[in-house]
Amino acid sequence: MNDERDPARRDRPAGTDSPREPHAEDEQADAKGFSRRSFLKGAGVTVSAGVIAAEGLLAAGSANAADSNVAGPGAVPITLRINGKEHSLQVEPRVTLLDALRDHLDITGAKKVCDRATCGSCTVMLDGKAVYSCSVLAIAAQHHEITTIEGLAADGELSPVSAAFVQHDAQQCGFCTPGFVMAVTAYLKEHPNPSYEEVTHGLGGNLCRCGTYMGVREAALDAAKRISAGRA
Amino acid sequence: MADYHWPPAEKRFLIGKSFTRLDGPAKSSGRAKYSYDINRPGMLYGKMVFSPHAHAKIKSIDTAAVEKMPGVRAVVVMFEPGKEVLWQGQEIVALAADTEDQARDAARAMKIEYEILPHLVGDVTPEKAGASHITAGSEAKEGDPDAAMASAEVKVEGTYGAGVITHCCMEAHGQVTEWEGEKLKMWASTQNVTGVAGEMSKALSMPAANVESITQYMGGGFGSKFGADPWGPACAQLSKKAGKPVKMMLDRDQELMEAGARPSIYAHVKAGAKKDGTLTVWESESWGTSGPQGGGNPPVPYVMRAPNRRTKHTAVLTNTGPGRAWRAPNHPQSAVITMCALDDLAAAIPMDPLDFFLKNLEYTGARSKEYREELLKASEMIGWKKKWHPRSQRQPGPVQRGLGLSIHTWGGGGHQSNATCTIHPDGSAEINIGSQDLGTGTRTIIALVAGETFGLPISAITVNIGDSHYPASGASGGSTTVGGVSSSTRRAATNAVNELFAKVAPYLDAKPGDLEAAEGTVRVAADPGRAMTWNQACAKLGATPIAASGQRSQDLISSGVGGAQMAEVSVDTETGVVRIEEIVAVQDCGLVLNTKTSESQVFGALIMGVTYALYEEKLMDEQTGRCLNPDMEFYKLAGLADIGKFRVHMMTGPGYDDRGVIGLGEPPVVSPGAAISNAVANAIGVRVPAIPITPAKVLAALEGPAATGRA
Repeated sequence: MNDERDPARRDRPAGTDSPREPHAEDEQADAKGFSRRSFLKGAGVTVSAGVIAAEGLLAAGSANAADSNVAGPGAVPITLRINGKEHSLQVEPRVTLLDALRDHLDITGAKKVCDRATCGSCTVMLDGKAVYSCSVLAIAAQHHEITTIEGLAADGELSPVSAAFVQHDAQQCGFCTPGFVMAVTAYLKEHPNPSYEEVTHGLGGNLCRCGTYMGVREAALDAAKRISAGRA
Repeated sequence: MADYHWPPAEKRFLIGKSFTRLDGPAKSSGRAKYSYDINRPGMLYGKMVFSPHAHAKIKSIDTAAVEKMPGVRAVVVMFEPGKEVLWQGQEIVALAADTEDQARDAARAMKIEYEILPHLVGDVTPEKAGASHITAGSEAKEGDPDAAMASAEVKVEGTYGAGVITHCCMEAHGQVTEWEGEKLKMWASTQNVTGVAGEMSKALSMPAANVESITQYMGGGFGSKFGADPWGPACAQLSKKAGKPVKMMLDRDQELMEAGARPSIYAHVKAGAKKDGTLTVWESESWGTSGPQGGGNPPVPYVMRAPNRRTKHTAVLTNTGPGRAWRAPNHPQSAVITMCALDDLAAAIPMDPLDFFLKNLEYTGARSKEYREELLKASEMIGWKKKWHPRSQRQPGPVQRGLGLSIHTWGGGGHQSNATCTIHPDGSAEINIGSQDLGTGTRTIIALVAGETFGLPISAITVNIGDSHYPASGASGGSTTVGGVSSSTRRAATNAVNELFAKVAPYLDAKPGDLEAAEGTVRVAADPGRAMTWNQACAKLGATPIAASGQRSQDLISSGVGGAQMAEVSVDTETGVVRIEEIVAVQDCGLVLNTKTSESQVFGALIMGVTYALYEEKLMDEQTGRCLNPDMEFYKLAGLADIGKFRVHMMTGPGYDDRGVIGLGEPPVVSPGAAISNAVANAIGVRVPAIPITPAKVLAALEGPAATGRA
């Protein structure tokens, strides 16, 4: 194993911090950026922290959980706001946002690969921040603005980031590509003018097997220019 | 009259230029539907119960309780009681339920009794494995190795090798199956859309004509996705039983446990040379693990073959997921064994390895001239002569830099491929081929070749692939796809355009043989003013399109390529961490069709190479017989920050282009392991014997002189 290797490898880009619950003090934290406290709270929506998740669910005022600290195990009605549109569905509380998107709503741009918050192929945005949707529960994604790759551009059009990926051939089999496009999109929101080195480290939260990193790096830098110039 | 041959350089208007891939927009916008993304009405989710044991006899399977569980709609026993499972991850029962979570619950609840049997899962030597776990070695001899070894002025001895790695495709293996009466439709993640339909029909004892296999997009195969696998027929049986479509994709742990492994190969090598650097002799005893059936005989010594040699290979049979073809099967491991031993031999002389390789190029065979050009080009790109230093020369401080090189080869050729071409009266044109695009750019190549033939832009061509109902084409493996589909497309398109010429020649007052299709027109070649637009020409067809076909043709393609790669690394001798500074790759592959996607292939190969050289290894626990890292946290792939600076140079022009089209998937992935290992040895002065070169192995090599691989 190579755990001793370059620690930069395990750095998550700023854009892939975990999402937070909509507490009032967090809205303040939003303006300032991320505090350690808001990060810890944010852990409440990850699958691995089930207890905190239930608490977070209460705070979010989910329909079924208003009077109880237990949701499920059966399916519960939830509403997700995805790409500006409300979707009502019934899912078990254990269903991840990724599975809700792919299996319940046929929104398949986000891919299931590692299913353990390692590879980034499932990246979507929650309130503009990149998250691994395999590690966010669908019930906890309620009351957030969810953006998937399908929401970046109208049908038949390409977002500036997607267009840059095409131009720089930042894709081979393409299975990791939507996750990368989302990670780059979120990253550039916070780092509109990144350097080569910053992009290299900032996109460390996504993995590719075909080996498209050369193109990804070029595409990210080019997309930054495209966005600042206001063109696709 | 158009002829089949590739146009001469001055007449090519698409070939050899740079084009973005046709399916790029679909992929980068998330709209491309991979097999994993196919959702059918009423679809169920399949899961397989697999053996947690590396070796066990199945005593009993009780599916009754599971069949009553919520949501469970069908259960299929894949492996009957009484039989022996031979690796952890071997699938025993498949089931389908309304949701994936219900299917997973049911799989966990399945009652299977095992009689646990002794196992061997370690990546061990034949001696350690014991007689019952080896297949006796094959031996080969050339020249007089004993006399040559006795008279060699410089000798080295060492052990070199590469551990077991997996394919770790981003899209797991698996498929969606759906029955319409007696007809089966399947969306598989496959490299073999035509062949997998045939395999399914055989496994299910049904007419091949009743199976349609569809793969519009697939998320990586690298040699692990040629067959229907046990899960293909099982999925179809679940669909049939439940009367509903079923999606059954492997979970990541199962994917890494059994859906593809590159065999390990190690070798104990003795090599000898004259003091002037002339290579004289090679002796190796190699072995490797590759699951229960053993692996193939590695081509060692690789590319540079000493005139006197003796080799012996022994396969070690283990209770691990079976080996599958992994991009350039056996070559990367053989390159590590050969190029690293030769690099150590050069260091022992002592001699700059570049000079050593240049001096001994005659031992590479027929393509020594190309290897010379490639080595010189690579050395110029990386600044070898300026940067190289002898191993003994250390820089101040803990971080040491080094340079290493390797050369490689591959075949190519073209698989059997059939194409049909239709030219419609409205001017649109289609190519249909039962091939698939693994991400190599196959779609784009097909359109490019048809466009070149018709004098039309790529965007004017509709390419239909990824369906077994299209004309049969081979599996995408061994770098054979581009040769197959480019030649079948060229012939089909040429046949079609000649029919068009016959139709419109009278309108241009010319003979069909005088016409050419160029610049969006059909015109008289010797008098381009006598022309009509492509659309006007096609309109002369009336109501009936032209339909023509073509087959793979050897006169348009070739086989046998070479390449040279050089790596510069820095190694922190206190932590053992290796960083890639730069890799340069010089590669020939005959006539390059699309420079953009060909360079992407090489870049991708280098990145895969960095991953297998430094990071990835499938680790097994001898005590439990289980895989220790069947996940992507601990089965490590290189990330963006790990890859360094890469440069690629494709050898093109006279002497290369005129060989015709040759595939590029395999060759550039062969050398990175050897080049990086040699660079590490140059940096730290000692050899890390086997890849992946982890920090722990670097530190061990620095501490133990026995591990240097030097005589």
